[in-house]
Amino acid sequence: MTVLEDAPAAGQAPAPETVPQVDFDTDPAQYRHWRYEVDGETAWVYLDVAEDGGLVPGYELKLNSYDLGVDIELYDLTQRLRFEHPEVRSVVLTSGKDSNFCAGANIRMLAQSSHPWKVNFCKFTNETRNGIEDMTANSGQTWVAALNGTAAGGGYEMALACETILLVNDRSSAVALPEVPLLGVLPGTGGLTRVTDKRHVRKDRADIFATKSEGFQGPKAVEWKLVDETVSRKQWDETVRARAAEAAQGSHRPSDAQGIALPPLRREETADSITYPNVRCELDRDARTATITVLGPEPGTVPESLDRIHALGADFWPLAMTRELDDLILRLRTNELEIGTWLVRTQGSIEGALAFERVIAEHSGSDWLVNEIRHYFKRTLKRLDVTSRSLIALIEPGSCFAGALLELALACDRQYMLEGIFEDADEEQEPAQIVLTESNFGAFPMGNGLTRLQSRFYGDDETVAELHERTGERLTGAQAEEAGLVTDAPDDIDWEDEIRILLEERASLSPDALTGMEANHRFVGPETMETRIFGRLTAWQNWIFIRPNASGAEGALRRYGTGRKADFDQKRV
Amino acid sequence: MTSARPKIDFDAKIPNNVDLASDRKLQRALERWQPNFLDWWGDMGPAVDTKDVYLRTAVDVGREGWAHFDHVPMNEYRWGVFLSEHDPDRKIAFGEHKGEPVWQEVPGEYRADLQRLIVIQGDTEPASVEQQRFLGATAPSLYDMRNLFQVNVEEGRHLWAMVYLLHAYFGRAGREEADQLLARNSGSDDSPRILGAFNEETPDWLSFYMFTYFTDRDGKYQLGTLKESGFDPLSRTCEFMLKEEAHHMFVGTTGIDRVVTRTAQLMNEHDSEEVAGAGGIPLEMIQKYINFHYTVSLDLFGNESSTNAANYFTAGLKGRWQEERRKDDHVLTDDAGAVDAVRDGRITTTEVPALLALNQDLRSEYMGDCSNGLKRWNRILQKHGIDAQLYLPHVGFNRQVGAFAGQRISPDGKMISEEEWTANEGRWLPTDVDKTHVRGLMHPVLEPGKIASWIAPPTNGINDKPVDFEYVHFN
Ligand SMILES: [Fe+2]
Ligand SMILES: [Fe+2]
Repeated sequence: MTVLEDAPAAGQAPAPETVPQVDFDTDPAQYRHWRYEVDGETAWVYLDVAEDGGLVPGYELKLNSYDLGVDIELYDLTQRLRFEHPEVRSVVLTSGKDSNFCAGANIRMLAQSSHPWKVNFCKFTNETRNGIEDMTANSGQTWVAALNGTAAGGGYEMALACETILLVNDRSSAVALPEVPLLGVLPGTGGLTRVTDKRHVRKDRADIFATKSEGFQGPKAVEWKLVDETVSRKQWDETVRARAAEAAQGSHRPSDAQGIALPPLRREETADSITYPNVRCELDRDARTATITVLGPEPGTVPESLDRIHALGADFWPLAMTRELDDLILRLRTNELEIGTWLVRTQGSIEGALAFERVIAEHSGSDWLVNEIRHYFKRTLKRLDVTSRSLIALIEPGSCFAGALLELALACDRQYMLEGIFEDADEEQEPAQIVLTESNFGAFPMGNGLTRLQSRFYGDDETVAELHERTGERLTGAQAEEAGLVTDAPDDIDWEDEIRILLEERASLSPDALTGMEANHRFVGPETMETRIFGRLTAWQNWIFIRPNASGAEGALRRYGTGRKADFDQKRV
Repeated sequence: MTSARPKIDFDAKIPNNVDLASDRKLQRALERWQPNFLDWWGDMGPAVDTKDVYLRTAVDVGREGWAHFDHVPMNEYRWGVFLSEHDPDRKIAFGEHKGEPVWQEVPGEYRADLQRLIVIQGDTEPASVEQQRFLGATAPSLYDMRNLFQVNVEEGRHLWAMVYLLHAYFGRAGREEADQLLARNSGSDDSPRILGAFNEETPDWLSFYMFTYFTDRDGKYQLGTLKESGFDPLSRTCEFMLKEEAHHMFVGTTGIDRVVTRTAQLMNEHDSEEVAGAGGIPLEMIQKYINFHYTVSLDLFGNESSTNAANYFTAGLKGRWQEERRKDDHVLTDDAGAVDAVRDGRITTTEVPALLALNQDLRSEYMGDCSNGLKRWNRILQKHGIDAQLYLPHVGFNRQVGAFAGQRISPDGKMISEEEWTANEGRWLPTDVDKTHVRGLMHPVLEPGKIASWIAPPTNGINDKPVDFEYVHFN
């Protein structure tokens, strides 16, 4: 995040009370801030922010600075490169402006935003940066940052998500993290973390870099490993092209494949519901809960061949369902702040879910599309993992928590499974069952690098190994409880009371304490760059955001650009 | 899951007005719990072997005829589940939910607090049965033995009442707590009853009367505050329990009446205060027992200043005694109250927000009620021409809980030194010699109409039966 030279108008109220409902739908024809061109195996991605294109009134997006709207387009763009462009093997990220690469997150936007808005914005941008790294690692699309001008704050953080960073050597362009010296906050979109953890910059140098507002130009930046290479203007285009070609080498992407289109989602909204073909969500505003139901595939609809999968494209159930779930998570997270508890359900046939599992397992190693779908579902589960809502899985008769779908339940803070059936149900029911498959043992790792089962049974590999032996077994409530896979398995008589009391009790607890507690419980064990970004960097950043030294009337964030210095409370805490 | 156990005919076995016959949840819970309860009754209930006892059984909740009297074998006693009549218009009378309709289900937000309140109340009910387990063997008359057993079966029913609430409204956690109510035992080293006073054995009948007068009266006041609860099933349960509780206190009041009467008679017969040698209990000794039981019961009200009590009140879980008759806003956020305190070696009071002073408020109500008994007993002494008087000691005397804990305060309310305390303790509280004397008087009298030497006979029998009625049959 960073730096804008224009000051907030004097006396302007900082936080507009009416925050818009955020929509994540977009497509290249609607982009205002990005464009991309595919040239052979390289995609050229240009950041070219429209100054008057802010998502919320009250600020201008000068100097290629960004807000949530800019990042929503970037996210869409990454998804299109993955799915619509199998031929792309490297991605060059550069600026569409002559003067600079990117000045980071817009400061006036930050200064006027409420705390939840800032937090949601940072979380989403972080997820997109992580997604870019995931593309390099798992999609055969390696990102190269071509910094044709200064990259400051969030601009440099965007570059840090790329595999290679080139900086033009023109005696003025620099990379910088000016958040601490100028704004009194952190480079919170992974900046501090990636400088040390990914680029291996020594900590004393990182300290200097992160407190030096003007940053470093090419040669010094190379010396300190902040960028990989610095290139004169004369040789710039040629070098970037060469690095893009090198990055494309070794990609497992096919050369002759057809992409699939990502058409707009079919979504119906009412005041209290969001409905997609494969995902339903009902909001209970009094109880402050959302019930999310993922509809499983029909058993007879599993495609018999890869060709058929490609022909189905975005209608292939796993992809369709994941897109809808992804969209729903983002919407609820951003637009429904007071819906504190999400109940996660599935509905459908276990046979169907297992049939799709088998197709995915068979082809995800060899087919680019199936591989993409698997990683997309992985990232969507990760979104759940870092969602600051209480997640409760309800496993009832007619549900299909098998394999990959079981991960949805395992991502939850608690799992309740009905033992037996609802005795007064209208239709005849089979008791609820869950099924472990190979998917639960490595296909969808969490941010901490562990599977959800490893996280659940942290330090108890034996249990995980025993569960591995039980893949394919249909487990009833009592068996699942015995196996430690669900929190509790009340029967018909207890179910309603148990769930009602649980939810009411949950709703009475401090939302902040719950967020902190859940995040602690979900991410056990080892630290990775991802957990450090979401756990450590973000937690500190969010603390700093609410401190008067940043967001008070005399704090650095609010005073920035007024010509007046911040007035700090000097006590170290 | 199916169970091989034979089906219980619930309505026949368990008199109730909670529609037990059609409530699967309750049936299942009770099916498992009832056999455990009967085992507990067998192990921990009255140790005297009787054939049957003339007992009252609650069979309805109406104003008239709510109880039925008959000779019944005690292990066939029909412990029922009764709630007082339902008032569909009842509103919460206090706290931040004042004016809202009462809750028919446990609000999740207050589950933990409500469960705790019910568990603590529920724990005291079987505790007293355990404490009084061996008393039957030394009953001064069949009439008294019957009263003891009546109190015992009804405390058992009060346990049922609390277990009903746990089973019906608290799900699995409630069932587990209900099991724990039978697993804890009075005086057990491993798993004692929750409140200290309920872990002391009731060693003799004077203690029993004192217990039913003073300690059961604490129960009456606790039930009185729970009767105000916004959780309607708890309110209605407690209201009905209070009906039975009245008899327990009657046993205490009249029991002490009769001890005082007998002592007065012996004092007059022998023209001496020293009636121990004549098989009586000297007034001074009765006073010591009062001092002990009264002060132990005062401790049950907890700290003078309590945030728990304040939270319970604000949440609408537990009100004040006679909440609805009080003339204030029933919210109390702007009021202040005075609580007892010891400062600079002096007994004084501190002003605190009224919400924090609710324990003291309840204790004051209780103390006022206790003094009525003293007036009665002193009238008896007067009638016998005796000038000496019994009294309630100062609230700070012999306290282990609250502002006076750890202070040495004489029965007349003076702060005294440790030496002075040690020198006088034996004059104020029962000594081993006193206890041995009282216990020495405890011989069973099993002949209908006959009575032990240390106590006067009752003036009336039970349910219009004569005093010499055969209230208990033996095998
Ligand atoms: Fe009782
Ligand atoms: Fe009682």
